[in-house]
Amino acid sequence: MIELRDVHKRFGPLEVLKGISASVTKGEVVCIIGPSGSGKSTILRCINGLESYEAGAIFVDGAKVDRSSPTIVAIRTQVSMVFQRFNLFPHRTALENVIEGPVFVKREPRAQAIERGRALLARVGLADKADAHPPQLSGGQQQRVAIARALAMQPKAILFDEPTSALDPELVGEVLAVMRTLADEGMTMIVVTHEIGFAREVADRVLFIDGGVIVEQGPAAAVLNQPQHARTQDFLRRVLDPL
Amino acid sequence: MQQFLRDAVEFLPILLQGVTLTIIVTVGSLLLSTVLGLVWALMRVSGIGWIAGLSAGIVNVIRGIPIIVQLFYLYFVMPDLGVSLSALQAAIIGLGIAYSAYQAENFRAGIEAIDRGQVEAAQTIGMGWWLTMRRVVLPQAVRVILPPYGNIMIMMLKDSSQASTITVAELALQGKLIASSTFKNTSVFTMVALMYLTMSIPLILLVRHFEKKAARR
Repeated sequence: MIELRDVHKRFGPLEVLKGISASVTKGEVVCIIGPSGSGKSTILRCINGLESYEAGAIFVDGAKVDRSSPTIVAIRTQVSMVFQRFNLFPHRTALENVIEGPVFVKREPRAQAIERGRALLARVGLADKADAHPPQLSGGQQQRVAIARALAMQPKAILFDEPTSALDPELVGEVLAVMRTLADEGMTMIVVTHEIGFAREVADRVLFIDGGVIVEQGPAAAVLNQPQHARTQDFLRRVLDPL
Repeated sequence: MQQFLRDAVEFLPILLQGVTLTIIVTVGSLLLSTVLGLVWALMRVSGIGWIAGLSAGIVNVIRGIPIIVQLFYLYFVMPDLGVSLSALQAAIIGLGIAYSAYQAENFRAGIEAIDRGQVEAAQTIGMGWWLTMRRVVLPQAVRVILPPYGNIMIMMLKDSSQASTITVAELALQGKLIASSTFKNTSVFTMVALMYLTMSIPLILLVRHFEKKAARR
């Protein structure tokens, strides 16, 4: 469903991705973990064309991701993204945020989009917040609206870029719960996260990235409980036991 | 004082004709400068090198030439090139072009003040460049743009008096004509000043309203 073949990406002199190859099959939940600056987020941003890449290839359902090609719009409507800082449209209500893509990109009839939008907000537990503007919502609520906005595009996969990193600790759970439900329902998900507990319970597979390469990958339990590589062991120790 | 009031009653009708033309020139050039300024600004943020460069060049050329020279050019030089404009047309077009440079810089600043994440969120739901501008960036940029926009309106109202140099009989020129034929300089120019001020005050209040609204967020 999503395939990366030897992807290289550099920002000026800094090579952030040094040959990433990975594939994600339909219905799979893959968590990407690793230290900051390791290139985790960049992988997601390359998959839906927010960043270009210099070498290698990325395919979504067989279509090559190319920022400069008109096909990028079709790919983006199939692969939604949820951001660390939510990036909701502050001048529109929660419901308007959710129906923006369906109505203006997919040309869905407004009434139908509103009906679906309300159902999606109910699904993330925010049926009563449809008419609230983002600044009136807590971080956890905003992120759940953002997830509803991503779902509204009826995507084949959703990319989560550290979806709980900007949240107060007590709000993390409500967002992870929604994501877990999505995973249970069979949504294809790639999640960049520092929530090792979430990865252990929900992910089918975990990739550990450091220095722009995949250091270790495999079933979640294997990578997280019995990491083989010294760098993975070191990273997990520091994340799980910061003191 | 009584003399002033008598003069005021006598000259008011002629000066009001000037006011009408002042308003026509101001509104006309305001609309033109807004449209042109928006075009320059969108070209500048298009992300396409040569289009952005062209826009920067146009803005700098316009900014670097005095308004009065631009008016002379349109009114006195264009006929030599086969394009004849009435004085009023030349005034509206000239002021509209001259001010489009300032409008463009204001619009650009407003657009660039919008968080990059907004554009990315729009892109990830499949919006193209124009849809992103129309639905996401510009509606948010308006709040940033409006207070300076109000100031530009006030400046344009006053600078519409420069149309007098190409024979548009707006308020300043009417005043000058009456003054030079009656020698009642004090009465006439006091009236002219008061009339400009009267037109400016609603705009000043409007700017204050915009500023309050922008500060509320």
